[in-house]
Amino acid sequence: MRKRSKPALILSYILLIILAYVMIYPLLWMIGAAFKSNEEIFGTVGILPKHPVFGAFSAGWKGTGQYGFSRYMINTFAMVLPTVAFTVISSTLVGYGFARFQFPFKKALFALMLSTLMLPATVIIIPRYIFFKHLGWLDSYLPFIVPALLGCFPFFNFMMVQFFRGLPLELDESAKLDGCGSFRILVSILLPLCKSAIFSVIVFQFVWIWNDFLNALIYISSVAKYPVALGLRMTMDISTEFDWNQILAMSLVSILPPVVLFFAAQKYFVEGIATTGMKN
Amino acid sequence: MKRKMKRFEGYLYILPWLVGFLALQFVPLVNSLWYSFTDFQLLGDAKFVGFQNYRKLFSDPLFRQSLMVTFQYVLIAVPGKIIFALIVALILNQRLTGINLFRTLYYVPSILGGSVAISVLWKYLFMNQGVVNNLLAVVGLPGQDWLGNPNLALGTVSLVTIWQFGSSMLLFLAGLKQIPECLYEAAEIDGAGKLRVFFTITMPELSPIVLFNLVMQMINAFQDFTPAYVITQGGPLKSTYLYGLMLYDQGFKFFKMGYASALSWILFVIILFFTSLTFKSSQSWVHYGDDV
Repeated sequence: MRKRSKPALILSYILLIILAYVMIYPLLWMIGAAFKSNEEIFGTVGILPKHPVFGAFSAGWKGTGQYGFSRYMINTFAMVLPTVAFTVISSTLVGYGFARFQFPFKKALFALMLSTLMLPATVIIIPRYIFFKHLGWLDSYLPFIVPALLGCFPFFNFMMVQFFRGLPLELDESAKLDGCGSFRILVSILLPLCKSAIFSVIVFQFVWIWNDFLNALIYISSVAKYPVALGLRMTMDISTEFDWNQILAMSLVSILPPVVLFFAAQKYFVEGIATTGMKN
Repeated sequence: MKRKMKRFEGYLYILPWLVGFLALQFVPLVNSLWYSFTDFQLLGDAKFVGFQNYRKLFSDPLFRQSLMVTFQYVLIAVPGKIIFALIVALILNQRLTGINLFRTLYYVPSILGGSVAISVLWKYLFMNQGVVNNLLAVVGLPGQDWLGNPNLALGTVSLVTIWQFGSSMLLFLAGLKQIPECLYEAAEIDGAGKLRVFFTITMPELSPIVLFNLVMQMINAFQDFTPAYVITQGGPLKSTYLYGLMLYDQGFKFFKMGYASALSWILFVIILFFTSLTFKSSQSWVHYGDDV
């Protein structure tokens, strides 16, 4: 905005730094605590461990039950990666369809899709569960993957529509003159320009599905198929209070993939949010 | 023939969504309404029972409790988050160096907040012998039973939600960048004070974004589940028994699918009521620029 006086500037910085510290403190504490002994975790407020111990990670990773965290991690990737990939494909196709074609009832259908943005997920959770049960999909990752394949995350469809609308129509038209079909136009002309939108879809969906606890709780019942969200909660429930540092170490490990992805794709991600508007 | 095909080419692309909408959204929506009028244990068949589920609900003290808790939660978490997001966005919206770093830091909780890991962390932070009480002791304040005191537990859980103000903040920031500089210049020439400028220019210009944030956050907050489920399991004395927990218990713990469907339809109507109320009221407080 406009120029500021120097004291005001310094005050702003002080505020920003204090706030950043308060915001990030819980996370820093978690990192530190993963290296503390259990006696030290709750006696002190400092972030850095006085007598660092390193056993929490390996002990936690091995787990207390039949399966360790390596299993939960692999499971989570097996659940999240196809879901994200199909979300990218379906939202691109649907976005392209709404942004670049005229067809009967287009307006009404688009309005319908927009209205589902506000449809509370809890209303359909019971019938969906019963439907998936009839199909024999319980205790598999299909209840996550198939909705992604069928464009059931209207937020991403909408985001892609908005993004395609922002690309100049001349691109399509000149390609059409060269005899390109609509699918060729999408794949070879428009897609390369969609990088930031696609990155946003990837990061958002990865984070959402990775963190999704309720659906995992409902659909996944055998421990062998648990994603980290369920594995972590089970570990917390069955462990004694002497395993604090292990649980915190595993909590830390379980949030690493989304955080790494976020920082890697940060530039595109922030752009994506700023242009289309976000939930959460 | 070919031209006729062309008219429907777009359908090829939106087909996945069309199928998904019908099979996984529309039909389930209708089904859940039907189930809500049935006695439906997961293993048996659905038996039509009229309004029995709804009648039972309204005399269920647990239902009333969870409804009250949810309203309290929405009233704390949603305005808390939005006000926080707005204040931080205002501070960030100055030409300071390093703004991107702060913006990223403030956003990090929003990527993690919904996860079990953060709920676990929260539980440890606010335990009796946890860090928060230790910090209070350092400055000489008495510790509190944050998770065990029914008067404090809901507030403690709401803090996780408010902590994730990042997305709302980014939206406000984008909105602040859109406000034409000439409006501020004109105000400066008129000699308007800072507060005056804020209430006559910044707020009206941001009001569409306030509306968007309000509606989306409200829809989400009414359905929140993970923090209350992991941190407090709905306790103590059901003081954090959010509607989502009640729905989960009835549907997936007791497998009373009919009863749970009635619950979910009541929530749907409540959300619908409050979002339309918000939209309706917005006519008097949301300002749409004439540059649209």
